[in-house]
Amino acid sequence: MHASQPTSATDAVLTVLTTEIWPILAFLTPELASRIQFGWTITIHIIFAALSVGLAPFLVYFTVQEVRTGKQRYARLRKFWTKIFAVGFIMGTVTGIPMGFMFGTNFAAFSQTAGELIGGPLSFEAKMAFMMEAVFLGVLLFGRERVSDWFYALSSFMVALGAWLSAFWILVVNSWMQTPRGYEVVMEDGLPIAQLTDPMAAFFNPRFPWMYVHMQNAAVISVTLLIAGIAAYFVWKNRDSEVWKTALRVTVVVLLLTSAFQAIHGDMYGRHVAETQPHKFAAMEAHYETGQADLHLIAIPTELESITDPRADNLYTISIPHLASFLAEGDPTAEITGLNDFEYESPPVAWVFWSFRVMVGLGFWFIALGAWGTYRLWRGGLADDDRLLKALMVSSPLGFIALITGWYVAEIGRQPWIIQDVLTTAEGVSPPLSGTEATLTLIAFVIGYVLLFSVFLYVLKRIVDEEASRHEVGIEEDNRPDSPGVTADD
Amino acid sequence: MTEILSDSSYMIESLPEVWFGLVVFALGVYLLLDGFDFGLGILFAEADESDREVLLAAFGPLWKANEVWLVLFGTVLFAGFPAVYANILSRHYLLVFAILLALSLRGLGSKLREERDDEEWVRFWDACFVAGSIASPFLLGVFVASWVLGEASALAIAPLVVGVTVVALSIVLGAAFLGVKTRGELRDHVTRRGRQATGIYVGLFVLTAITLFVQYPGLHTVLLSASTAAIVVATVVFSIATVFAAFRERYHAAFLGAAGLAAAFVVFVGTLLYPAIDPAAGLSVRDAVVSPLPLNMTTIFAAIFMPIIVGYFLFLYSLFSGPATPEQSYG
Repeated sequence: MHASQPTSATDAVLTVLTTEIWPILAFLTPELASRIQFGWTITIHIIFAALSVGLAPFLVYFTVQEVRTGKQRYARLRKFWTKIFAVGFIMGTVTGIPMGFMFGTNFAAFSQTAGELIGGPLSFEAKMAFMMEAVFLGVLLFGRERVSDWFYALSSFMVALGAWLSAFWILVVNSWMQTPRGYEVVMEDGLPIAQLTDPMAAFFNPRFPWMYVHMQNAAVISVTLLIAGIAAYFVWKNRDSEVWKTALRVTVVVLLLTSAFQAIHGDMYGRHVAETQPHKFAAMEAHYETGQADLHLIAIPTELESITDPRADNLYTISIPHLASFLAEGDPTAEITGLNDFEYESPPVAWVFWSFRVMVGLGFWFIALGAWGTYRLWRGGLADDDRLLKALMVSSPLGFIALITGWYVAEIGRQPWIIQDVLTTAEGVSPPLSGTEATLTLIAFVIGYVLLFSVFLYVLKRIVDEEASRHEVGIEEDNRPDSPGVTADD
Repeated sequence: MTEILSDSSYMIESLPEVWFGLVVFALGVYLLLDGFDFGLGILFAEADESDREVLLAAFGPLWKANEVWLVLFGTVLFAGFPAVYANILSRHYLLVFAILLALSLRGLGSKLREERDDEEWVRFWDACFVAGSIASPFLLGVFVASWVLGEASALAIAPLVVGVTVVALSIVLGAAFLGVKTRGELRDHVTRRGRQATGIYVGLFVLTAITLFVQYPGLHTVLLSASTAAIVVATVVFSIATVFAAFRERYHAAFLGAAGLAAAFVVFVGTLLYPAIDPAAGLSVRDAVVSPLPLNMTTIFAAIFMPIIVGYFLFLYSLFSGPATPEQSYG
């Protein structure tokens, strides 16, 4: 003992640090910190993911129109939105790469259990989709003068294809976690391992088509609102802007079509959820006691407690009797199992219940907005209706809010399961993970992603301001495509 | 095809080993491609403003695609060996997030410096870019070494030595890449740095080998084997070839030489690992590999898409070949 005396001071400090100080930093359990961390990172990441998915078809449209008609207005729109797409793509990569690694770092037990089912799709995403998107984005940003017009348009299509395929494989993974199929569980070293037995059944599980259509359409709606809002702003500032009037005309029609479709599709999707995940459906309606259920169109909390613990009977609601029963089963008197009658704990009902209401409420607002804009387009005066322009401006971020809350319904509503009826989230957390480590990275992620998002908003504002300071001259007369030397980022 | 898929055995007897090779290959391509990005970011530190524009233009269209290879490496490992993916990432929890932070810093730095013409703003993001470019290869080296050596703590000596070695290798790669992409005084300067870095790299490579020999008696058989000898010889030959080609102003040849160094390094990683794939957990390639059906399926996908990906890269690099000019950078 005495021989090691000289180093004992450092040892003592290290011992104090590791045994006394380090555990104090464990404000949260590994499970809770990991869940909040994943939920928080996806909240930010999904904005950029949706931006890529939703903006990609518009980029293809603008680029093809530019090449086909040679009109400068499409070139302007293409350049403007390509810049935003590029920033969004970088942000999406920066915020998304950690999520893939979190499967291993925070949810190692889940990764081992589900590795055969989700490792493949994630690698297909990287090989088929992400790679293609990154390569052709390089062409889109830097290659305007290096490739032919049509190849340039094709590149925008390849970027879009990459974004949509990427979402495809991610949602294959996620929908499998909601309605797992095509596997059988074997025990290996005390851990359940889901072995893939039928890839087609696993990938095209019952939830997949519902989720893919709903999610992709939600992304298109979000971006349509963003474009419409920014177009409204420029038109409001300059009524003669042919460039932005074009964008406005396109987006109001797209908004009406996509948001109306979303409502119809969402209704059918709800019925599918009631069938496959009845406890999620019960949480969406805060339905505790088994029996027939009403649909609550509007719910207003009567006291503070009903915000954090909503129960259908202690809220002030405007409801349609029996409609929830009818929606779930097609029968107004059908019994809906209440949350109290499930064997496992309920998901955090408040998050699911209120998120669902925010999503649906916003959805109806989007339909109204689309109808209003389309009516103005049809009867004239789209560019002169100040109230409409202002409503569009205010609504520009709301699509993303609806999308995020919709995601909360799907993901938080599934708890306590990480894989429905197979593995709970608590069982999926990494065994060696300490509360301190998880808390530290959670803090870093909260600060880091707030900064990232602020930077994104700042850059977005800069791009908008730059556009606002331009003069629009010779737009109608100049029907040539881009002259050489004008790059994507001039 | 369904017959192959539904079969309960691997479509080729040695498929697990092939996938181990694919994991090492993806790591190697990532080391080469993002390696020269890192090196460029380090050399960026001593460049003046106009040279910085050239450097950014040189890698602007390429670096996003290069970085995707990290994701490819991660997902190939996940698809083939999920238990290893779960083990090594959760074991080196804070280290993994430190790597991601470093990568984010450089990614954002290079993009955001262009967003404002304010001296302080530009300097701040430049500093992030440089710091991230040094930290990324260092931490990646530490991570890979901790994995291969089965070290529980990233603060052991050997991983730290390997981290520094990978930083030196990145400078060699970055300088070699810039030798192809730049002209004039800038090129002379970076190739001089590249020659110095090559010497340092060889020294560090030897130091790594000695450290491993002293600290890990279990590795003596591997370290004294013919394959290790071949790797050492290859490293020396490639470094001499790189320096010699740079002196002769054969820049493409110099880049190939540097790529050879990266290849030798990653083959060394594979040699040290095999037949284990997660030494700390005592897992061999055969223990950790997924069952036949998913592996056969992902193999078919890989067989279709890996050539396409190589095609994309050949196309991208040929489209943006030739010297970089400052006008090319975005802003």
